[in-house]
Amino acid sequence: MIEVKNVSFTYPNGVEALKDVSLAVNRGEFVAIMGQNGAGKTTLVKLFNGLLKPAKGEVLVDGVSTRKVSVAKLARKVGFVFQNPDHQLFSETVEEEVSFALRNFGFGKRAIKKRVDWALGLLGLTQYREASPFMLSGGERKRVALASVLAWDPDYLILDEPTIGQDHRQKEKLRQFIVQLNAQGKTVIVVTHDVEFVAECAPRVVLMTQGRILAEGPAVDILTDRNLLAEASIVPPQMTQIFEGLKDFGLSEKVIDLEDGAKALLDFLGADG
Amino acid sequence: MSMFDGFKFRKVTSPIHRLDPRAKFLYVCVVFVVAILFNELLPLLLLFLLQIPIIFVAGVQREWLRSMRGAALFAVIIFVMNFVFTYFFPGSIAGIVPPVNTFSEYFLIFERSLTLTFRFIVLIESFSVFFLTTSPDRLSLALQQSHVPYELCFAFTTAVRFVPVLAEEAQTIMDAQRARGLELEGGNFLKRVRNYVPVLIPLIVSAIRRSLELAEAMESRAWGATDKRTNLYVLKLAGGDYGLMFASFGGLALAVFARFYLTIPSITTLLAL
Repeated sequence: MIEVKNVSFTYPNGVEALKDVSLAVNRGEFVAIMGQNGAGKTTLVKLFNGLLKPAKGEVLVDGVSTRKVSVAKLARKVGFVFQNPDHQLFSETVEEEVSFALRNFGFGKRAIKKRVDWALGLLGLTQYREASPFMLSGGERKRVALASVLAWDPDYLILDEPTIGQDHRQKEKLRQFIVQLNAQGKTVIVVTHDVEFVAECAPRVVLMTQGRILAEGPAVDILTDRNLLAEASIVPPQMTQIFEGLKDFGLSEKVIDLEDGAKALLDFLGADG
Repeated sequence: MSMFDGFKFRKVTSPIHRLDPRAKFLYVCVVFVVAILFNELLPLLLLFLLQIPIIFVAGVQREWLRSMRGAALFAVIIFVMNFVFTYFFPGSIAGIVPPVNTFSEYFLIFERSLTLTFRFIVLIESFSVFFLTTSPDRLSLALQQSHVPYELCFAFTTAVRFVPVLAEEAQTIMDAQRARGLELEGGNFLKRVRNYVPVLIPLIVSAIRRSLELAEAMESRAWGATDKRTNLYVLKLAGGDYGLMFASFGGLALAVFARFYLTIPSITTLLAL
């Protein structure tokens, strides 16, 4: 469990990124942290693995304060995939890239090979094993970055803007992948402002604005609350917008994804004859 | 990065900021020449103290202190090296007959080492004043009006402008690699250098990529389409600039006179040690 207790954080240049934020993420949860640019999303998750230490308050990972442990130690538990894969890729081959963290954590040769095989297979990168990460496409580079974190099988997985620069098919694959990981018991925390992506995943949503947590709850509640979304400068999902227009027919507005929408419509039409 | 902060321009106005970069550059050159003219502590100390009022008028004392703090390590190295080497090879200082054994001889060596350290500090000081009070834009303008080819001016301003961008990017890359278990601190010198490879490669790759993108963006906006460029702002020397130039030349003349026609006493002889 990751607990954030009354945390404030100010960057050295004086920007107050977080103001008295409290949040708890339980094991096995799937959480999406949403909000506009500069709301403090990335700052918040950087506190989770100790990259940033709270100025005030405390962050506990499985009961241990992040102030007391090094980033390298915390990283073993909390995997963090950065937004831009180009900020981390440096090896000559994809295989080496994926084994980089494993070597840092002191895995044995055999274990490294096994885990690299597993991670590459999981993300459909096996054929690129010997390729240079710099030669891959943007989406593939992003998958290599993800594989390089998944390889050590961290308990908590943080994804910073995973959908940026991904086409629809890749996004759908990513969604299925995340849902599957979560179903296997991994705690997944996604930082994003991709509303449709969150609507399809339906995790617990934490809505942030100006360094504060504005609201949190099930996606279906948060993403259908016009006032909250307006305050966080987020456009509601397309499905919600449609069902808002259908309100007068007595249909519920609380719809965020396609499947539920179709079901609601079919039920409505069926009932009407 | 704190040392570089001591040279980073911040947008404020003061009489010093308003001075023409060309006049200020002349002043820096004069300080340079004078600092090298003298091998005695007294004039260098004077040169150091004379610049402090300028720093206060410009209101950049805090940034300046930072540059001084950044230079402190080098200053200490210079001092120690000089002390050690003049101790073993004191031939260059009048009044010392090796081997060094009297207190006044030790003090002479001490003074000489301090002198050379102050020469370095004075150079850093004047550079710091120049860059802290001159915006990159005005500097480029000054270069252009001094008939430096525009390509070079542009390259110069771009380089200056990208320093903070690269510093920020380096921080992100370090975070990304630390999140994969990379320990940047600790270990011997060689290990530390090797630790920075995963940071340097993405940084260099992204800098190259960025410069290519910039080149393409500029060419698509008709960079170099016309040879004759005009500027919205044109630098003109005003009263204060002439004053500074006059003072610089005066100071230079005075220094040359003092160097060739006066004997400058050392502190050691003044104190009659």
